[in-house]
Amino acid sequence: MKAQRPRLAVWKFASCDGCQLSLLDCEDELLTLAGAIEIANFPEASSLILDGPYDLSLVEGSITTAHDAERIQMVRQQSKFLVTIGACATAGGIQALRNFADVDDYIAAVYASPKYISTLATSTPISAHIAVDYELRGCPINKAQLIEVISAYLAGRKPSIAAHSVCIECKQRGAVCVMVQGTPCLGPVTHAGCGAICPSFRRGCYGCYGPMETPNTAALACEWQVLGATPRDIARVFSTFNAAAEAFRKESKAHGG
Amino acid sequence: MADKTTKTIRVDYLARVEGEGALDLEISDGRVVSAELRIFEPPRFFEAFLRGRGYAELPDIVARICGICPIAYQMSAVHAIENAFGVKVDGQLRALRRLIYCGEWIESHALHVVMLHAPDFLGFPDGIRMARDHGEAVRNTLTLKKAGNELMRVVGGREIHPVNVKAGGFHRVPTRSELAPVAESLARARDLAIGMVRWVATFPFPDFEQDYEFVALRHPDEYPLNEGRLVSSRDIDIDIADFETEFEERHVAHSTALHSLVKRRGAYLVGPLARYALNFDRLPASVRELAREVGLDSVCRNPFKSIIVRGLELVFACDEALRLIAAYEPPDLAAVPIEPRAGTGFGCTEAPRGICWHRYDFQADGSIERARIVPPTSQNQPTIEADLAAVATTVLDQPDDVIRHRCEQTIRNYDPCISCATHFLKLTVRRT
Repeated sequence: MKAQRPRLAVWKFASCDGCQLSLLDCEDELLTLAGAIEIANFPEASSLILDGPYDLSLVEGSITTAHDAERIQMVRQQSKFLVTIGACATAGGIQALRNFADVDDYIAAVYASPKYISTLATSTPISAHIAVDYELRGCPINKAQLIEVISAYLAGRKPSIAAHSVCIECKQRGAVCVMVQGTPCLGPVTHAGCGAICPSFRRGCYGCYGPMETPNTAALACEWQVLGATPRDIARVFSTFNAAAEAFRKESKAHGG
Repeated sequence: MADKTTKTIRVDYLARVEGEGALDLEISDGRVVSAELRIFEPPRFFEAFLRGRGYAELPDIVARICGICPIAYQMSAVHAIENAFGVKVDGQLRALRRLIYCGEWIESHALHVVMLHAPDFLGFPDGIRMARDHGEAVRNTLTLKKAGNELMRVVGGREIHPVNVKAGGFHRVPTRSELAPVAESLARARDLAIGMVRWVATFPFPDFEQDYEFVALRHPDEYPLNEGRLVSSRDIDIDIADFETEFEERHVAHSTALHSLVKRRGAYLVGPLARYALNFDRLPASVRELAREVGLDSVCRNPFKSIIVRGLELVFACDEALRLIAAYEPPDLAAVPIEPRAGTGFGCTEAPRGICWHRYDFQADGSIERARIVPPTSQNQPTIEADLAAVATTVLDQPDDVIRHRCEQTIRNYDPCISCATHFLKLTVRRT
């Protein structure tokens, strides 16, 4: 008897859609994947929405509205295994910059009639609201890693995703360190996963995969200053796509951010 | 008292669009009294948090407005920076920018044609399930999409949020040998795109035309991507810096949405139909011939046929990318040096969905004082709503499901990228 295929749902909260697009960007694997898993609820790709519960849920985006704070609870209830994908879902995304500002000032800066805007004062990761079974980092996520997470789920094993820094990926790809050439780089404190793209394009890593485990951001900030970076440069670079991740927030703040 | 002839059709979650939206249509006494595209994409406040950031950070940050068209945001931003600081990027660096933009058009258009739009015409809920009956067409279009993504990856570093674009040019320029395999993929993609145009042209199209005011860039020699004057099918012909004198974002009565309008007239249309109508003579002869072969005139006013026009732009983008790669010589410098100064800069480029207009006020050190970003989808919103009312009128006697489906299809004609639309707000339910 043919076993029923696991059912997949893809959910969107505040985001740019890029991480769920990664799934559609798997041009070679997409049709094979659709044979192994039933796409039950993926509104960006299909108008056929099947009712839950779902075996695997991929969640993109951060929580920025009261409505979404309720919706994520419903998503958790309907999901057996829930994976958050991308910097918005795992760290709040760049929209979390509001957490350190006056959200009313933000609203007034963009919209002429602030009273119509309903938004929370913060952008928070999914894990601040519900239990999350796995977190996949990146802005955007790496589609090969996404395939690995889904494959591991289907095989009932743990995903093989490295937790070291981007530095290791640079070594693996044989890229010359950009810092020794005088370019400030966040690679030493940034979670691996992208494959060290920026150094291979002769620029410093800008931290879009967020902090690695126990990063020594203070030591790196000193190195940056030796290379001529100003406190403002350092405050800014730690305040982007993972601005609300604790290690990055702390370092940004230490330099006036 | 409830009027028995009044009914409301709702679609609570629009599928196959990038972002979150919903539709309310109200029909009373046999006519459409309101058609509303509600957007509940939560605001992310890019224009607010850009204040105080450095110009060099801009391309990386604005890319995150949209994962489907990050290059559009990066290109409008770098052109605005260079405009403000008096820098001109020319020669092969300019060509490389056109090249990476072709990659974005290819991946974005191919995605929309096969995954989001074609299923409407062939009666499937999505491209994946459509592949059971149209496997070859789906696989071919995915191959085409992959070629676009390959181009993005080689020139930009990755498909989504490329890392290589900077003010003045690039961090590193590709070698000729890096581009050679891309050219092979593109040559095959070009053939597949031609086949795709012939395929989509056979779809059943509703007999529906609207008298749009088309708005697009127009360049003296090229089909527009990064540069040109802003022109319309009526009488607009302006420098991009004058956008705010002709166009405005206005609050509509009983609505909280900012609608982009031509101040003197009202709704207008950006995107493939507009580019095509205003720049048909700038397409290569082979693409013009293909258009004629599949029965398309030099102007197309049927929004359902935008799928054919996207197909033609796909052929163009493959052609153009091949031409640029063939003529490519790596420049000595990857970027023109930039010296910030106080001032205002404008950028306007053709995102796959239409013009993406940016204005930044910079301080002397290059920090951003004020930012204004007008994405394509918010510009099309009044036109989408007008189309919805007109389309619904033609199927009023049909069951609700038919009306609902036709309305959803009408919205998908525009490939609306709701995540982009930083100015989209939630609309009130009722409008008179």
